[in-house]
Amino acid sequence: MAKALVARKLGMTQIFAEDGRVIPVTVLEAGPCPVVQVKTVARDGYDAVQLGFGETTERRQTRPRLGHFKAAGVPPVRHLCEVRGSVGVAVGDLLRADLFAAGDVVDVRGTSKGKGFAGQHKRHNFGRGPVTHGSHNIRQAGSVGSVDAARTLRGVRMAGHLGSQRATVRRLTVVRVDPERNLLLVRGAVPGARQGVVMVTAAADRIRLARGHH
Amino acid sequence: MNIIDLLEREQTKPDIPELRPGDTVRVHVRVVEGTRERIQVFEGVIIARGKGSSRATITVRRIAHGIGVERTFLVHSRRLASIDVVRHGEVRRAKLYYLRDRVGKRARLRERRETPARAATPAAAVPGAEGPSGSE
Repeated sequence: MAKALVARKLGMTQIFAEDGRVIPVTVLEAGPCPVVQVKTVARDGYDAVQLGFGETTERRQTRPRLGHFKAAGVPPVRHLCEVRGSVGVAVGDLLRADLFAAGDVVDVRGTSKGKGFAGQHKRHNFGRGPVTHGSHNIRQAGSVGSVDAARTLRGVRMAGHLGSQRATVRRLTVVRVDPERNLLLVRGAVPGARQGVVMVTAAADRIRLARGHH
Repeated sequence: MNIIDLLEREQTKPDIPELRPGDTVRVHVRVVEGTRERIQVFEGVIIARGKGSSRATITVRRIAHGIGVERTFLVHSRRLASIDVVRHGEVRRAKLYYLRDRVGKRARLRERRETPARAATPAAAVPGAEGPSGSE
């Protein structure tokens, strides 16, 4: 399994580097993440590790979920996430923020903020029409295809729901790790609102590079 | 307590004097030139304060060679060696942007005489030593 943790986005701030430069960081509460299940090719058809995160109570669990935690010998957690890859961990292991070190490069995956029904300008970066000279085409969609086609082709970019989607930000540098408080300070922004759950993994392209195939 | 607030608090410097808009300050900036480091002083009037514990800023305005110069400093930056308050100015608003439209004598601020009742800190009780009359 690639290094991975489930984390909660606490928010952004800035910290001072040694040389006085200011670094914008996102503060993540990363772990502790118990390993709840290890999936193998032999039994499940693929290799993966299921990680848990977040406090909850037994009362809030459904019976099947409770049984799942019981089988793992792990207290119930609020969130379960799966990371593909073969293993280096066993069921019951606790992964903490110190899995990563300052200087590591990570990918952070989360659910982006929902923007509701957005126009094509916001959603697809369309330009707008003229504002003056009697134009009433300020934020209209423009053409949705040729007359010859006699229909609108599939996949034409239009207004619609924006955000609330899975989003990955790649290659963020870990600026600081605070093992006592299970904090990960990552340079730059991370998808989603505060208190959102995100997945932090070692940067995928760096892993590929290290293995020698690009 | 909120972890972000805690993290910010950890980054603050303990020895920052009370800084208020209208105060004339000397900001000692560490300037790195190649491998050498020296201290440069920027003296002027605080025309705005940006709030936030470790993110707090002051905007300092001075007239250098007849040209208005404003610099915004992160109060808790490691690049600032120290900040001295030279003089307290009497002002009635938080942002003194109106000073930008004033030159010469009209850009002066009256010195704050007594300690305003709400500033109970002893540091503020000592009116700053008389600076050169009329700020830059």
